Amino acid sequence: MSFEVPQFSPALPEMFVLAMACLVLVLDLFLNDRTRVVTYLLSQATLVGAAVLSLGQYGAGTAVTFSGMFVADDVGHVLKAFIYLTVFLAFLYSRDYLRVRELLRGEFFVLGLFAVLGMMVMISARNLLLVYLGLELLSLSLYALVAFNRDSSQASEAAMKYFVTGALASGMLLYGMSMLYGATGSLDLARVAESTAAGEGGLVFQFGLVFLVVGIGFKFGAVPFHMWVPDVYEGAPTPVTLFVGSAPKVAAFAMVIRLLAEGLGGLQPHWEGLLVVLVILSLAVGNVIAIAQTNLKRMLAYSTISHMGFLLLGVLSGTAMGYSAAMFYAVTYALTAAGGFGMIILLSRNGFEADRLEDFRGLGARSPWFAFIMLVLMFSMAGVPPTVGFYAKLAVLQAAVGADLVWLAVVAVVFSVIGAFYYLRVVRLMYFEPAQDAAPLEAGGDLRLVISANGLALLALGIFPGALFAVCNSAFGL
Amino acid sequence: MFDWFMNPEGPMVLVVILIKIIALVMPLMLGVAYLTFAERKVIAYLHVRVGPNRVGPRGWLQPIADALKLVMKELLVPSAANRYLFMLGPVMAIAPALTAWAVVPVGEGMVIADINAGLLFLLAMTSMGVYGIIVAGWASNSKYAFLSAMRAGAQMISYEIAMGFALVGVLMAAGSLNLSQIVMAQQGSILHWFWLPLLPLFLVYFISGVAETNRSPFDVAEGESEIVAGFHVEYSGMAFAVFFLAEYANMILIATLTALLFAGGWLSPFQGIPVLEGLFAWVPGTIWLLLKVCVFLFCFLWFRATFPRYRYDQIMRLGWKVFIPVTIVWIFVEGAAVLAGLGPWFD
Amino acid sequence: MEQAIFYFFSAVLIFAAGMVITARNPVHAVLFLVLAFFTSAALWLLLEAEFLAIVLVLVYVGAVMVLFLFVVMMLDINLAPLREGFARYLPVGVLVLALVVLEMVLVVGPRLFGAEAVTVPARQAAEYSNTETLGELLYTVYVYPFEVASVILLVAIVAAIALTLRRRPGTLKQEVGRQVAANRGERVRLVRMAAERSKR
Repeated sequence: MSFEVPQFSPALPEMFVLAMACLVLVLDLFLNDRTRVVTYLLSQATLVGAAVLSLGQYGAGTAVTFSGMFVADDVGHVLKAFIYLTVFLAFLYSRDYLRVRELLRGEFFVLGLFAVLGMMVMISARNLLLVYLGLELLSLSLYALVAFNRDSSQASEAAMKYFVTGALASGMLLYGMSMLYGATGSLDLARVAESTAAGEGGLVFQFGLVFLVVGIGFKFGAVPFHMWVPDVYEGAPTPVTLFVGSAPKVAAFAMVIRLLAEGLGGLQPHWEGLLVVLVILSLAVGNVIAIAQTNLKRMLAYSTISHMGFLLLGVLSGTAMGYSAAMFYAVTYALTAAGGFGMIILLSRNGFEADRLEDFRGLGARSPWFAFIMLVLMFSMAGVPPTVGFYAKLAVLQAAVGADLVWLAVVAVVFSVIGAFYYLRVVRLMYFEPAQDAAPLEAGGDLRLVISANGLALLALGIFPGALFAVCNSAFGL
Repeated sequence: MFDWFMNPEGPMVLVVILIKIIALVMPLMLGVAYLTFAERKVIAYLHVRVGPNRVGPRGWLQPIADALKLVMKELLVPSAANRYLFMLGPVMAIAPALTAWAVVPVGEGMVIADINAGLLFLLAMTSMGVYGIIVAGWASNSKYAFLSAMRAGAQMISYEIAMGFALVGVLMAAGSLNLSQIVMAQQGSILHWFWLPLLPLFLVYFISGVAETNRSPFDVAEGESEIVAGFHVEYSGMAFAVFFLAEYANMILIATLTALLFAGGWLSPFQGIPVLEGLFAWVPGTIWLLLKVCVFLFCFLWFRATFPRYRYDQIMRLGWKVFIPVTIVWIFVEGAAVLAGLGPWFD
Repeated sequence: MEQAIFYFFSAVLIFAAGMVITARNPVHAVLFLVLAFFTSAALWLLLEAEFLAIVLVLVYVGAVMVLFLFVVMMLDINLAPLREGFARYLPVGVLVLALVVLEMVLVVGPRLFGAEAVTVPARQAAEYSNTETLGELLYTVYVYPFEVASVILLVAIVAAIALTLRRRPGTLKQEVGRQVAANRGERVRLVRMAAERSKR
C-alpha cells in the first residue's frame, strides 16, 4: 500500500491546541487551589499561541491535507482567530466568578480548550466525518461545562436537556450525512459538491438535506429547534453561558458554510426555502418572547435565537456577499454576546447573581462607566448606529435584498424593531430607575479593563467597520 | 489421509468439523473432571493432608463419583426466580467457555478454525462469559446471588481491559492475530518465547486471567464466608455442574492461552540447545503444550492454597491502578523496541 | 448453504429486534438486544468483515451491554406507568411511522440501492486479512478523524471524572504506599516482662 505522509504544517494550530490541552490537563493535577492560576495562564497562552499560528497562515492560500479531509483557508483562519478571541474573553471573565464560587477547577479550562479544538476541527473540515467529529467534540465539552456546577440542580437539568436535544440533533445530522454518503458514495465534501453540481441523486439529496438542516437548526438554536436554548442559558453557570453563547456560534456558522455552501452549493434553491422558514420563525419567536422575560440570561437566550435568524438570513441567499455578511454578523455577535454575559459576571458577587433585569436598575447612578458599556452592548444587539450591530444587520439585509428577497428583509426589519424594545428597556432601567442595590462592584481590575475594551471595540468597529468587512469579503473572494 | 482430514471437501466439511469438535471437547471435559481431582489433591498436600483417597484406587474415581452424584440430584428452581433466565444462565456461562476453543491450536496445524483474527475472537468470547454469571445472579432472585453477580460483572469488565492490553503487546511482538502464527513467531529457543520480552505483560495477563475466571484470590464473587456461594447459591444438580464445568474449562483455557502466547505453545523448550534438542526431538508438540498447561494450572491451585482473598476494593484498585498503567507503559516500551528492531525478538 | 445461514441469522435478528421493543421485562429486552448484536455480528462475518464483527461482539456485547444490564437490573423499573399513554399517542406514532416508511420507500428504493445499482464485491482470497487492511487505512488515510475520535473519548473521560469525582473530607481510605512501607517496628512492640508467679 502506497501512502504519502500528509503535510502537517496547515494543521499546526490544531496540533498545538491539542498538545497544550493535554499538557494543561496533566499539569493541573499537580496544582492546588492557590497555584491554579498557572492553569489559567497556560490556557490563555495556548489561545494566544494558536492565534499567532493561525494568523501566520493568513493569506497563504488554501492548503488541503490529511487525504483531503483538512482544509486551511482564509475563512478558516479568520474564524479561528475570532474563536480564540472570544474564548480568551470567556476565560478571562470566568476566572474570578469561578474562584469566588469555588468552581475554579482545571477541568473548566481543559474542557474549554477541547471545545476550541472541536470548533477548529469543524472550521477546517472538508469531510462529512470531520464535521460530525468536530461537532461532537465541541458538544461533549459543552455538555460537561453546562453541568460543571454539579451541586446546582438547575445546571444539571440544563445539561440534561442540552445533552438529550443535542444527541437528537447529532442523530439527525448523521442520518442526513448517511443519505449524502449513500447518494455519492463519498464522505468528501468536494466530491459531494461535484455530485450536486452535476444534478445527480435527486431525491436522496433532498431527503438528506432536510435532516442536515434540522441538525444545523438544532445546533444554532433556530426555531422550531430552539427549545434547549433558554433553559441551558439560564441553568448553566454564567461563565459557561458566556462560552456557549459566543464562540460556538462562529463555529456553527463555519459548519453551515462547509456543509451547505461548499458541499451542497448545487442544492441552494432547495435549502433556501428551508432556511427561510427557520429565519422567519426565529426572528418572530425570539424577539416576541424575549419581551416577556424578566431574567436577563433568558432574555439574551431569546435574543440569541433571533440573532441566529439574522445570521441564517445572510447565508440563505447563497451569494458570496451573503456569506461575507453572515460571517461579519457571526463574529461581531460573538463579541457582543461575550460582552453581554460578561456584564452579568461583572455585577455578580458571591451568593448573588445579577441575572434579573431588576438588578440593572439604576446602574447609571451606581457606575456610570459600566452603564455606558452596557448601553453600547444593548445598542449593538438592537442594531442601533453607530455600534457594530447596526452594520452587521445592514450588511445581511443588503445581501437579502441583493438576492431579491426584499419581503424577507422587510420582515427582518419589522422584527428587529420589535426586538429593540427589550434591549432599550434595559437601558431605561439603568438610567431612569432608582437603584435598589447600592453594593459596590467587586470585579477585579483585569475584568473591568477587558469588558471596557470589549464594549469600546463594538463601538470602534461600528464607526470603522471597513477593515473587518474587507477581511470577510476577501475570505469569500470578493 | 491426514491431509485430507485437515482439508476436507464438499459435504464432508460439516462431518469433519463435528469430529474435530468432539475430539477437542471430550478430552477437555475429562480434563475438567481430573482438574477438580487434582485441585483437591494438590491443595490437600499443600495443607499436609492426603485428600480424597476412597473412591477407586488412590481416589482416582472420585471425579466420576462426583459427576454421577450431580447428575442424579434434583434440579430445583426457586419459586420466585425468573424461570427462563434461571435455566439460561448456566448455558450462557458454558457456551463461550467452549466456543473459545474453536481457534485454539493444540499442536502445529491442529486447530478447528485457523482464522486470522483468532486473538480478537478469543477476547470477544471470554468477554461473553460474564453474561452467564450476571444472568444467573439476577434470575435467582436472591440477594447473595445478585450481589455476587454485580461483583463478578464489575471485576470481569475491569480485568478484561488489562488482558486486552496484554494481548495487544503479544500481537505487536508477533505481528499477527493468528494464534498459530503467534506461536511460530516465538521459534528459536526458550529465550525467544514472549515471556521474556513481554515479562510485565505476561504477569499481568496471567494474574488477570486468574481474576477473569473468578478464582482465588480474586473469588469475591463466590466468597463463601460472606455471600455463601455467590451466583450459584440457588443452583443444584446439573445446572450447578454446568457452572462448575464452565469455571474449570475457563481455567484450562486461560492456562492454554498463557502457554501459547507467552511460553512458546507446542515448541520444545530445548530448541536451540545442541544435545538436548536432538534428544527430545521425538516428543510431539502437543505433549509440550500439555506440560506447559499443567504448570500454569498448578499455579492456579497453588494460588488458591496460598493467598488470602482480596478485598473487593483492592481488586478494583489492582486492576485499574496497577495493571492497566503497567500494560500501557510496557506497550510503549515494546513499541520503541520494535521500532529499534531490538534482537533477538523484534528483528 | 451460505444463503440459508444468512436467512437464519436475519430471521433471528429481526425476531430479537422486535422483542427488544415488545418485551415486558426490561432485562429481557436488554438480553434480546444482546442477541440482536450477536446475530448482526454473524451477518458481518458472512460479509467477510470479521474485524468489525468481532469488535461488535467485544465492545457492545462484552462491555457496553454488560453495563447496560447492570443498570437495568439494579433499577427495577416498573414499565406500567411508561405505557400509560400508549393508546393515546398511538395515532400520532402510526402517522409518523407511515410517513417514514413512505419516505424510505421513495428514497432508499431499489432504484438507487437495488441489486443492479451495486456491484457485487469480489470474494477475497483466503489469506486476505480484513483486520490488517482496516488497520492500514485507519492509520494512514483516516489518521486525522481517528485522532479526533480519540480526543472525543478523552474528553468523555475528563468530563465523566470532572462531574463525578468528589473528594469528601473525613472518609477513610487505604494508602497502599504506606501499607507496603510499614515495617515490623511500627506495628509490633515486643515487651519483655518477668514471668508471673501465681500466688499460693
